[in-house]
Amino acid sequence: MGFLSELWAFLRVRKKLWLAPLIIVMVVLGGLLVLAQGSVIAPFIYTLF
Amino acid sequence: MKILGISAYYHDAAACLVIDGEIVAAAQEERFTRKKHDANFPVNAIGYCLGHSNIAPGEIDHVVFYDKPFLKFERLVETYLAYAPKGFKSFATSLPVWLKDKLFQKTVIIDALKNLWGKDGRWEEKLLFSEHHLSHAASAYFPSPFDRAAVLTMDGVGEWTTTSLAVGRGHELAVHKEIHFPHSVGLLYSAMTYYTGFKVNSGEYKVMGLAPYGDPKYAKIIKDHLIDLKDDGSFALDMQYFDYCTGLTMTNEKFDALFGGPPRKQESTLTQREMDLAASIQVVVEEVVLKLARGIAKTTGEKNLCLAGGVALNCVANGKLLRERIFERLWIQPAAGDAGGALGAALGAYHIMLNRPRKLTNGIDAMKGAYLGPEFSQQEIMERLTRCGAVFDILTEDEVVAQTAQALANGKAVGWMSGRMEFGPRALGGRSIIADPRSPTMQKLLNLKVKYRESFRPFAPSVLREDVSRWFEMDDDSPYMLLVADVVKARRRDMSAEEQALFGIDKLNVPRSEIPAVTHVDYSARVQTVHKETNPRYYALIERFKAITGCPVLVNTSFNVRGEPIVCTPEDAFRCFMGTGLDVLVVGTALLSKAAQTQALAADYKLEYALD
Repeated sequence: MGFLSELWAFLRVRKKLWLAPLIIVMVVLGGLLVLAQGSVIAPFIYTLF
Repeated sequence: MKILGISAYYHDAAACLVIDGEIVAAAQEERFTRKKHDANFPVNAIGYCLGHSNIAPGEIDHVVFYDKPFLKFERLVETYLAYAPKGFKSFATSLPVWLKDKLFQKTVIIDALKNLWGKDGRWEEKLLFSEHHLSHAASAYFPSPFDRAAVLTMDGVGEWTTTSLAVGRGHELAVHKEIHFPHSVGLLYSAMTYYTGFKVNSGEYKVMGLAPYGDPKYAKIIKDHLIDLKDDGSFALDMQYFDYCTGLTMTNEKFDALFGGPPRKQESTLTQREMDLAASIQVVVEEVVLKLARGIAKTTGEKNLCLAGGVALNCVANGKLLRERIFERLWIQPAAGDAGGALGAALGAYHIMLNRPRKLTNGIDAMKGAYLGPEFSQQEIMERLTRCGAVFDILTEDEVVAQTAQALANGKAVGWMSGRMEFGPRALGGRSIIADPRSPTMQKLLNLKVKYRESFRPFAPSVLREDVSRWFEMDDDSPYMLLVADVVKARRRDMSAEEQALFGIDKLNVPRSEIPAVTHVDYSARVQTVHKETNPRYYALIERFKAITGCPVLVNTSFNVRGEPIVCTPEDAFRCFMGTGLDVLVVGTALLSKAAQTQALAADYKLEYALD
C-alpha cells in the first residue's frame, strides 16, 4: 500500500495523473508476468489472453 | 549528524559517509568485489565506510540514495509513449526489469539495509532520495574551495536531466536551468564511442585518447546534422540519427549512412577513420562545453565554476575551459561520474535538505586529495603479504622513498600502494603504477607488458606542484588529473618531416619531448599536480626522483590491468604485481622485487579480467 500511495503522490506532484491508468495496467500485467515465472499463475495468464 | 550516501543499480555503485558535513570515507564497490563498474548494492563499500569511522548502523541519521527511481520511470514510460509503436522490443526488454525491481527501489534499498544490519533501524524514515543532477551538482559545489560558484553538470542522463546549471551560495544550491533527455552531450559522445567500436560507459576515455591522432574532418557533419548548438550552449540532438530512445544500440542506419559505413567491430583494427571521428566528436564536445560555460558566466556573473557529471571527466575539454579563462577559477569533482553521486547525495542532504551551514577550509577543497578509501597498517600489510607467500623487506620511510626513486631512475616499473585508496576513477599516488617518463620506450612497455591495454593509450604525468609551469603550459592546481595541458615548448622535440608523416599510432613511438612517456602525439599531457599537504609521501618520492635525475615528473597510471578495478588491498596489489611485467612493488614500507619472489606464484593475469 505504501508503494501505491507514494506513486499516487508522485503523479499528483508531477501533474502526471494521466499516466496513472497506463502505469496501473503495466504494473498489474507486469506483476502477473513476473509471478507467472513461478508458473503457479501461468494458467491464469493463458486464460487472460 | 551522520549521513550515508549511496549510489547503485546503474553504473558504479559507491558509498560515502559524511559526519557533520565532513567527508570521512568514500569508496566504490568494484574495488572490493573486483568486478569493474559493479552496480550492485554497495554492501562492502558501506561496511568499509562504517568500519573506518567506527560507527554502528544505529548511529546513522540518514541514508540518501543518489537518484529518484519514480522520475526515471516516468521518463522511460513517456519516452516509449512518444515513440510508440516503435521501440516495442526495447520496451519489452526494460519493462520487466523495472516492474520486478527498479520501480520498487525504495523497498529494495530498505530490504538491503535490513539484510545488512538487522530489522530494527527505522530505515523507512531515514531513507531520502536526491535528484541525480542535484547529487552531481552538490558533489561539485560543496567540497569545492569556493563560497559561491556557478555549477555545471553534464552526463548521459539522470532522471530527465542531461545537463544542468546551478548556482551555489554559502550552503545553498539552486538549479537554474536544465536540458532534458533525449538531448544529451554525454549520450552524443557515447554514440560516437559505440560507433568507433568501444564500450559505452567505459570506452569514452579511449575516444578522448584517440582524438589527437586524427583530424576533425567530420566535425562539420556532426554540427550540421546531429546537434543544433546555440550561442548560449543550449543544444538539441536530431533524434532521427540515434537509436537509444527506442532500440538496443546507440546509433542507427541513418547515422551509418551519414558517416559512410557501419560501426567498427569491437577489438578490430583501428584505422585513421576512427581517429578522425574521435577528433571530430572531441572538437564538438569542447565547443558545447565552452559555449555552455560562456552562457553561464554571462547569466550568473559568477567568477568560479564547479563541474561534475561524466562529461566533466573529459580532461581535454576541461583544459580548454581553463585556458579560455571564462571563469577565474575552476574546480572539478574527481569522482565526477555516478560514484560521486553518493558523495553529492550525502552532502546535498546535509546542506540543502537539513539546512546545515558549510565550513570552508581556507582555499583548500574538502576532498582530502580524494584519498578517502581503505588503508592498511604496517602490521596488516606484513601479515597479508606473508599469507600470499610474498618475499619482502621492511624498510624505514626514508629508505623506501630512496630505494623506490633509485629503482625508477634505473628504468623499473613500480607498483606503488601507499596510504588510503583514491575515490573516483583516477589513481593519484595511492594505488598507482609509476615509472620514469624520460624513457622513450616506457609508454609502449607499460601498455603492452604491464597494463595489457591498447598501445595508442597515453599515460599521465605526476609533477610537483612547484615545478608544473616549468614542464607544462599551466600554472594551476590539478590534483585530480582532470586538466590537460601541453608540454612547454622548450622541452619539446620537433619531429622531422619523415616522422610527421607517420601514420596514426606509429607517431606514438617517436619521442616528442624530454618526457616522451607522458607526452601525447599532440604534445599534450593529462597533468596531476602533487601537493605536500595532501600526499606527503608521494611528494617526497618525486622530490627524491628529481634529486637523482633532475626531473620532477613521474609516469602515473592506475594500479590494475585492462578491465580490472584498481587494486584495493595488499593481496590485490601482490596478485597484479605477480601477473604483470612490474619489476618492483611497494606496499607501505614493504618493498618487493620481482626477482626475489617465488616464480610459482606468477599467474597468467592477462585473461583474468573481461576487456573493457
